[in-house]
Amino acid sequence: MMSESTPNMQQHPTALQRFKESHFWHSFKADRVAQLSFIIFVTYAVLAMSASFIAPFDPYDASQIDIMNSEIPPSWQDEGEASFPLGTDAQGRDMLSTILYGTRVSLMIGLCAVALQALLGIVIGLTAGYLGGRVDSFLMRIADIQLSFSTLMVAIIVLAVFQATFGTELYQQLAMLMLILVIGIAEWPQYARTIRASVLAEKKKEYVDAARVMGFGRLRIMFRHILPNTLSPILVISTVQIANAIISEASLSFLGLGMPVSQPSLGSLISSGFEYIFSGAWWITVIPGVVLVVLVLVMNLLGDWMRDVLNPKLYKG
Amino acid sequence: MPLLEVNNLDVCFGLRSGAVKALRDVSFTLERGERLGVVGESGAGKSVLGFSIINLLSRPGHISSGSVHFEGKDLASLAPGELRSIRGNRISMIFQDPMMTLNPVLTIGVQMIECLLAHRRMSKADAKRVALKKLQQVQIPSPEKRLDQYPHELSGGMRQRIVIAIGLLLDPDLIIADEPTTALDVTIQAEIMDLMLNLCEQNNVALILITHDLGVVSQVTQRMLVMYAGRIIEQGPTKEVINDAQHPYTQGLMNALPQMAIPGQKLNQIKGSMPPLQDIPKGCSFNPRCEYVMDICHQALPPFTRSGNCQVACHMMAESAQDKLQLKEV
Repeated sequence: MMSESTPNMQQHPTALQRFKESHFWHSFKADRVAQLSFIIFVTYAVLAMSASFIAPFDPYDASQIDIMNSEIPPSWQDEGEASFPLGTDAQGRDMLSTILYGTRVSLMIGLCAVALQALLGIVIGLTAGYLGGRVDSFLMRIADIQLSFSTLMVAIIVLAVFQATFGTELYQQLAMLMLILVIGIAEWPQYARTIRASVLAEKKKEYVDAARVMGFGRLRIMFRHILPNTLSPILVISTVQIANAIISEASLSFLGLGMPVSQPSLGSLISSGFEYIFSGAWWITVIPGVVLVVLVLVMNLLGDWMRDVLNPKLYKG
Repeated sequence: MPLLEVNNLDVCFGLRSGAVKALRDVSFTLERGERLGVVGESGAGKSVLGFSIINLLSRPGHISSGSVHFEGKDLASLAPGELRSIRGNRISMIFQDPMMTLNPVLTIGVQMIECLLAHRRMSKADAKRVALKKLQQVQIPSPEKRLDQYPHELSGGMRQRIVIAIGLLLDPDLIIADEPTTALDVTIQAEIMDLMLNLCEQNNVALILITHDLGVVSQVTQRMLVMYAGRIIEQGPTKEVINDAQHPYTQGLMNALPQMAIPGQKLNQIKGSMPPLQDIPKGCSFNPRCEYVMDICHQALPPFTRSGNCQVACHMMAESAQDKLQLKEV
């Protein structure tokens, strides 16, 4: 395969050249907000993923924490210390390191939960849209029921019951997994509905008839022929959903149902600083709060831009 | 044994307002390598006929009675798995609009190779070789390049050539072409029809050509069916039907052709339009529009009468045939 495709590469555009000529790339180059958002998002991702290398301290390692260092303000303030650029929290952990690790946790939960949502939503939405009839009604009623419970309500009930039955210790070990599962399962109908709508439009097109005429099976037509044609709405809601998942996780952590204090996410950091905000230690809450807001804002801006670009009604081609 | 034998095929669409019959009592046969034209107005049931042959009517349509025998197997009652091995493999179908029949997000090569791998056990490299060969057969310039292109990068004529190449990919015995040239401009139409004719002749492939272009039918096909309101009203060798149409409807179609008109005169047209399938008149369904309508046309369905090598469903023909018989007896 490789040897055959190599001579072709010289004759006509490679994938990279194609991408450079695409509408997607052109509108990206023209849109300052999109560029800035993308750069910030990539910075976040890189910093978060390399947290264990660049962070000055390891907030998970109790031996590096000294309670005597607690509530030191950021270094630009009078009482600040140079070794803690963003100050420390009530337990004496370096805020910079904790925020880096927390961003990693938040991003991980956001991405994994959305991957789970997408998986469930795509399978259910495709099935409902393509098969239609009773299957469709049944699956969509389930989606309606699921949507009528708000994400937070489901999460609070499930997580609280889990904590009560299996104990806080086990919960602390499994907190991340549980959050991913709960947020992932609670929000799949968003995907399922969007995909079902696109599938309903796509399956009337002649290429689907042509595929059936070729003798392809249902699964192949669904996943190989229809699914790629519904990718743009999937991409668009994915960005918004990641932002939503991060917010959900932060809210749950704030309520004490999310990540434990020993492995804080941005939400649990905000929550842990909340008690000290009136004693003057504003940085414990405000700095992670700003980090969270910027992350969510950037995701939403990217999603907005992508919706404009990928909307086939706004351009022809 | 004929390649395809359709017997008393009835197709129903179950709607909320009641079942509507889109095809009534359709019977015909097709030999190996034979080319058959199906003509009629929009809504006469031509496309439904094409889809019901491969048993791919979408809901609420279904075959309510009759049979479709392909090489002796009844496609109307075959298990889904067996049907799939016939679709695409032994019978392929070409649609009207090449813009729509190719998947916009897959390259030509991916679509062609997928078809081959779905029905044949072969390596990807072999499949690619077959795909290239077929692209050469449909006279596409620089076929290697096309394999990596997306449908939107190609012109309409080129796309229809690719659709035909995909249709021929598995060397089927029968191709059903549903208005394959309607979406193309006239010069390309002629090229594509020529190409299809040649390919069918070379590979001994049977063709069912569904169209409302009588010119195309007369060039390409050996036999033709004329359909009206879900029924076959006239069938026979194309030349005979075109040159000496017996059914008033077929005559009307011929007279409506601009070629038939005298310069300066209005074109003839058949008055009125086809009745909706929900209320087809009793007796001969053409009776509200027929110039020669008789009492019996409102009461009974006309039987098929032989006229030369043609079969015509018209009471007038039936009567004159009886007259002839009586004359003979006298």
